Amino acid sequence: MSELRPALVSFLLLTVITGGVYPLVVTGVGQAVFSDAANGSLIGEGDRLIGSRLIGQPFSDPKYFFGRPSATAPQPYNGAASSGSNQGPTNPALASAITDRVAALRALDPENKAPVPIDLVTASGSGLDPHISPAAAEYQVPRVARVRERPEAEIRALVEEATEGRTLGILGEPRVNVLLLNLALDGKKAG
Amino acid sequence: MNISGVMQIVIFAIVLTALVKPLGGFMARIYQGERTWLTPVLGPVERGIYRLCGIDANAESTWKRYALAVLLFNFIGFLAVYVIQLAQGVLPLNPQGFAGVEAKSAFNTAVSFASNTNWQGYGGESTMSYFTQMLALNVQNFVSAASGMAVLVALIRGFARRQAQQIGNFTVDMTRSTLYVLLPLSLILALVLVSQGVVQNFSAYQTVDLVEPVTIQTPVQDASGRPILDAAGNAATQAQQITQQTIPMGPAASQVAIKQLGTNGGGFFNVNSAHPLENPTPLTNFLEVLAILLIPAALCYTFGRMVKDTRQGWAVYAAMMIIFLPLTFGVFNAEQAGNPRFETLGVDQVSSVAHSGGNMEGKEVRFGIANSALWASATTAASNGSVNSMHDSYTPLGGLVPMWLMQLGEVVFGGTGSGLYGMLMFAIVAVFIAGLMVGRTPEYLGKKIEAYEVKMASIVLLVPCVVVLVGTAIASAIPAGTGSVANPGAHGFSEILYAFSSAGNNNGSAFGGLSANTPFYNIALGVAMWISRFWLMIPVLAIAGSLAAKRNVAITAGTLPTHTPLFIAMLIGVVLMIGALTFLPSLALGPIVEHLQMIGKG
Repeated sequence: MSELRPALVSFLLLTVITGGVYPLVVTGVGQAVFSDAANGSLIGEGDRLIGSRLIGQPFSDPKYFFGRPSATAPQPYNGAASSGSNQGPTNPALASAITDRVAALRALDPENKAPVPIDLVTASGSGLDPHISPAAAEYQVPRVARVRERPEAEIRALVEEATEGRTLGILGEPRVNVLLLNLALDGKKAG
Repeated sequence: MNISGVMQIVIFAIVLTALVKPLGGFMARIYQGERTWLTPVLGPVERGIYRLCGIDANAESTWKRYALAVLLFNFIGFLAVYVIQLAQGVLPLNPQGFAGVEAKSAFNTAVSFASNTNWQGYGGESTMSYFTQMLALNVQNFVSAASGMAVLVALIRGFARRQAQQIGNFTVDMTRSTLYVLLPLSLILALVLVSQGVVQNFSAYQTVDLVEPVTIQTPVQDASGRPILDAAGNAATQAQQITQQTIPMGPAASQVAIKQLGTNGGGFFNVNSAHPLENPTPLTNFLEVLAILLIPAALCYTFGRMVKDTRQGWAVYAAMMIIFLPLTFGVFNAEQAGNPRFETLGVDQVSSVAHSGGNMEGKEVRFGIANSALWASATTAASNGSVNSMHDSYTPLGGLVPMWLMQLGEVVFGGTGSGLYGMLMFAIVAVFIAGLMVGRTPEYLGKKIEAYEVKMASIVLLVPCVVVLVGTAIASAIPAGTGSVANPGAHGFSEILYAFSSAGNNNGSAFGGLSANTPFYNIALGVAMWISRFWLMIPVLAIAGSLAAKRNVAITAGTLPTHTPLFIAMLIGVVLMIGALTFLPSLALGPIVEHLQMIGKG
C-alpha cells in the first residue's frame, strides 16, 4: 500500500514539529520574556508562596471579603481539581444552596437589608474564580469595616485599588480581585 | 441585554468579518501552491517532509486514494494517542506521577482527539501527563484540524476542476494546513496568552499557603479504606484542616492556542477556558473566542477564491452569520434575564454598572453574561466545544441554543474545513430543492447536481441525526445511560441529549454534570464520534471525485444564481428546516419542558 509510508512518516514528523518544537519554542520565549506570567503569577511572602494572583482562595472569616462560592471537591478552591457545580437551573439543590448562602451572609451582617448581588451566592464555572463584582464587594464593605473597626471609606478605598475596569474600556466586566484585596486589608503587598 | 454586552458581541462580529478576506486569501494561495511570505522559512521544512515521505508534491490522487490516505493517517493518529495514554506512567515529563489511563477512557479520548471532537471524559490536571498532553493530544489538535481542511480543499477542487480524475494530494494539503496556517497562528496566539498569565512551563504543580486555612469534614475510613459508620448509621466524618492550595502548571498556552484555532476544544484543565490559568483576562477571552471562528469563517473566502467567484464564498459566510448572530443574542437574552426561581430568595440579578447580574451560576465574573453567551454560541456553532462557563447551569433556553447549533450539523462556521464542507452539502441539497420547484436540473458552481451527489449529500446530512437520536434513545432507556445523570427531571434528559448531540456532531462540549467517564458512555460516545467524522468524510470526497469528472455547464437565463440574497435565504431555510424538523421533538422533552417548569407553567 503506497499510502502507508507517507501517512506514517508525515505523522511522525508533524508529531515532532507540533508536539515537540512548537511547545518548546512557546515555553522558551514565554519563560524568557514573560517569566512571572508563564509560571502562574505567584505571590511570594518572604521565601514562601501565599497564592496566585489569578487563582481565588476560600475566605470565611468575616474580617475578610468573601469570594464566589466554589464547587470544587473535597475542599472549596481546590486548585488540583477545577470544577463548576453543574447544577441545572431548576435543580432544587441549587435554590436551597442559594437560600443558605444568602442566610449566612445576612447572619453576619443583620443590618444590611440590600439584596445580595447574584455572583456572591452562585458558584463560579471554574471553582477558582479570583474575582467578585464591584457590587458584591460593596455589599460586604459595611461588614468588613465593622469587624475590623475601621472606617468604611478606608475599606472602600482599598476595594477601589483592587478593582479592574473593562479592558480598553469595553471588553469583559469590572471586577475586584478578592485575594489581593484581602492581602491589602492585612497590610500585605502582593509582590 | 445591556448596551456594553451588545457592543462586545457586535465588535466581535466586525473584527471577525474584517479578518475573513486577508486570512482566506492567504489560505487560497497556500492550497494553490503559490509563494507567500512564509515560504522562505517554511518551504525547506515542507520539502523535507515530502522527501522523507517519499512523495512528489505535484502527484495527485483520485478521490478513493485520497479517502484512503485520510483514513489511514487518522487511524495512525488514533493508535498513537491510545498507546501513549496507556503508557504515560512509564513515559517522561510526568512530574505528578499520573498512572496510565484506563483502557475504555483512553479509547474514548483517542477517538475524540483523532476525530477533531475533543470530548473529554477526564479532568486534564488530574489525569494527563505533560508528555500525553503535548505529544498525543496537542499533535491531534493540529493534524485532525488539518485533515478537515484538506478534505474541504479536495471538495473545492471538485467544483473548480473540469473533467479531471484527480482531486489533490492529502499529505500535501494536510502538511500545508499545519505548517502555514495552524502553526504560525498558534504561535502568535500562544505567546499573547502567556503574556496575560496562561501558564507555560514544565514544572511540577506549585503549592502555596492559604491566607485563611479552611476546615472541611472528610469521611473517616478504616485500615482497608471502607467508610466507618457512626451510631446513626451515617458515614462518620472528621474535621480536617486544609492549609495549602495546589496551583497547577504545565505547557498550557501552546495547547490552548491550537485547541481554539483548530476547533478542537479540549481543555488543558478540567474546566477548560473557564480556568483562570487557561483564560485569565477579557483580552485572552476575546482572542480565544475569535480564534474559534477565525479559520472556519476565513475558509469561506478561500472557497470563493478557489472557485474563482468570491461572491459565492461571501454568500455562504452571510448565511452562517445570519444564523449565528440572532442565536447568540438569544442566549445572551436568556442568560441575562436570570432565573425566575431566585427572585424570592433575596438576590439581585438585575444588571447594573457594578455587576453583570443574570444567571451567574457556572459563570466567571471577568466574563460576565455577554462573553459567556458569545462563547457558548461560538463554540457550538463551530465544532469547537471548549467552554468558558458551564453550559449545564444555563437557563433552559440559554442551553437549548448551543444544543441546537450542534444539531444543525456543525455547519454554521462548523469545524475547520468540516464546517464548510458540511455547509456545501446543504448548498447541494438547496439547489436540488430549488431545481425541483422550477423543474430544471439543478446546478451549483457550473456543475450539474445529479442523483449521485444528492444521495451522498443526504448521507452527510442524515448520519449525524441518526447517531444523535438513536444514541440518546438508547442511553435514556437503559440504567447504564440514566445512572450518569446529575440533575433530576427534564434537565437530566437534556444532559444525555446534549452529550450525543456533541459527540454525534464532533463538537466536544458537554453539560458537565453527566458523569461520562463510564464504560457505557466512553464506548457509545466514542463510536458516535468515529461514525460522524469519518463516515461523512467519505461521501464528501466521493462528491468531490464525481464533480471533478464533470464538464462545466454554460450559465443561461435559467440558471439559479447562488450568490444572491434569494439563495442565501434558501440555504438558511434548508439548514434550519432540517435541524428543526429532526430535533424539535427531542428538544421539547428536554429544555422546552424545563423552561415551562421554570417559569411556573409546568
